[in-house]
Amino acid sequence: MIEARGLVKHYRHVPAVENLSFDVRPGTVTGFLGPNGAGKSTTMRMIVGLDRPDAGDVRIDGRHFAELRWPLREVGAMLEAKAFHPGRTARAHLTALAASNAIPPQRVGEVLAITGMEKAADRRAGKFSLGMAQRLGIAAALLGDPRVLILDEPVNGLDPEGIRWIRNLLRDLAAQGRTVLVSSHLISEIAQTADRLIVIGQGRLLAQTTVAELSARSTSLEEAFFQLTDGATDYTARSM
Amino acid sequence: MTTATLSPRAAARPAKGYGPRSVTRMEWNKLRTVRSTWYLTAIFAVGMISIAMLGMSHVAWGQMSGSGKASFDPTNDLLAGLALGQLLLGILGVLAISSEFSSGLIRATFAAVPNRPLVLAAKAAVLGALTLTAGEILSFAAFFAGQALLKAPAPHAALGQPGVLRALLMGGAYPALIALIGLGLGTLIRHTAGAICAMVGVVFVLPLLTVPMGASVADAVQKFLPMEMAENTLTAVKPVAHQLSPGIAFGLLCCYALAVLVTGGWALARRDA
Repeated sequence: MIEARGLVKHYRHVPAVENLSFDVRPGTVTGFLGPNGAGKSTTMRMIVGLDRPDAGDVRIDGRHFAELRWPLREVGAMLEAKAFHPGRTARAHLTALAASNAIPPQRVGEVLAITGMEKAADRRAGKFSLGMAQRLGIAAALLGDPRVLILDEPVNGLDPEGIRWIRNLLRDLAAQGRTVLVSSHLISEIAQTADRLIVIGQGRLLAQTTVAELSARSTSLEEAFFQLTDGATDYTARSM
Repeated sequence: MTTATLSPRAAARPAKGYGPRSVTRMEWNKLRTVRSTWYLTAIFAVGMISIAMLGMSHVAWGQMSGSGKASFDPTNDLLAGLALGQLLLGILGVLAISSEFSSGLIRATFAAVPNRPLVLAAKAAVLGALTLTAGEILSFAAFFAGQALLKAPAPHAALGQPGVLRALLMGGAYPALIALIGLGLGTLIRHTAGAICAMVGVVFVLPLLTVPMGASVADAVQKFLPMEMAENTLTAVKPVAHQLSPGIAFGLLCCYALAVLVTGGWALARRDA
């Protein structure tokens, strides 16, 4: 369970997140949706304590991230695709992270197998395609077998086979009772994975709903999403 | 494949939580699994020993002036490779954290260990241990390898002579202290190029800047700068004019490293990652 209450974050007077409150429940995949620049990544970074909110508060199962005794065993996060040293092998990267939370080394082999990275395990990660980098990021998130998973745009760079794989993985993880928060800027993509939705625009909460409820609002899910986010972007394009 | 292979959550785990031991293990894993660590250490080794051997093989005792003979300090000359070593290990120190900022790994690190000062302390511990070990081994290796090429009647230094052992030990520790200063600068500046510039500025450029200010200023200021301390105090067996005592210089260098690291840890805890 992730509980955000009144989160505010400004970067040099530019508001990124404004008074954002939501709950992410266990046992279901929650899609975190919004146009580019809506504040999704900033919010995720605040959940795992990388950015300090200017105001407000976010808790994971009732505790602040900094209070967790074994953060990797409680929260698995993938916040950017290439959060690894390009010269280190996938196995060495995972082994180092595992050591920080006293996770047994054999778990590294397990997450490499889960993510289909066994053959690439001893190659330097800097040579990986975006899809493989994503798989390595997901492997790192799974290292501690955590109850809470936070993945920022995990589908980016994956091929159709990879997209199907991650959909099934996320659904299975949620079915085991875990809390799964997945961001995307593509409603059509997230609708196939998530049951619940948190939609934000310009750092504000636009809707906290379900896929079924949102699609019932208009002729199509996509149309409903555009109506919701209309006017909540930092950019506009004219038709040619 | 998929989640059937996820291990059960019932797995026993210590109750206390992550701490210095587990975080240090992570940092040691990181340091030893990038090639730059071993490249830089290898160049340091080759440099220390070859510069000592080259220097000693060129000592022409018979052609030296009286004052040259009087100030001849083989221990000091044998450690001339530290000029290169401080640069290499300073870069190693910078890279130990700046590479995490440039790659984004720092965010994975802090998501695993939210206690940022602990991460920096663990980095300092493993970096300090590696560079101190390398520095001490190479200090003695350069001493013995170089002296083997020093021809009589040029006087040889011996470990039993006053100040020689101290010079070798302090000389070996010096590049480790520069590595720690590099780590602190990398933590503060975050960008590899910027932090290396700052480290080179402090070590190599600052002494040059005092020269145009006249001898009195240079004499008063240079003795507080790391490279001057290393050359004229830490590794000197024969005392050089206008210098601090070796013990004070060494203590001061330790304070510099500590001050940069504490400032870095403070900034690391305050700033967004």
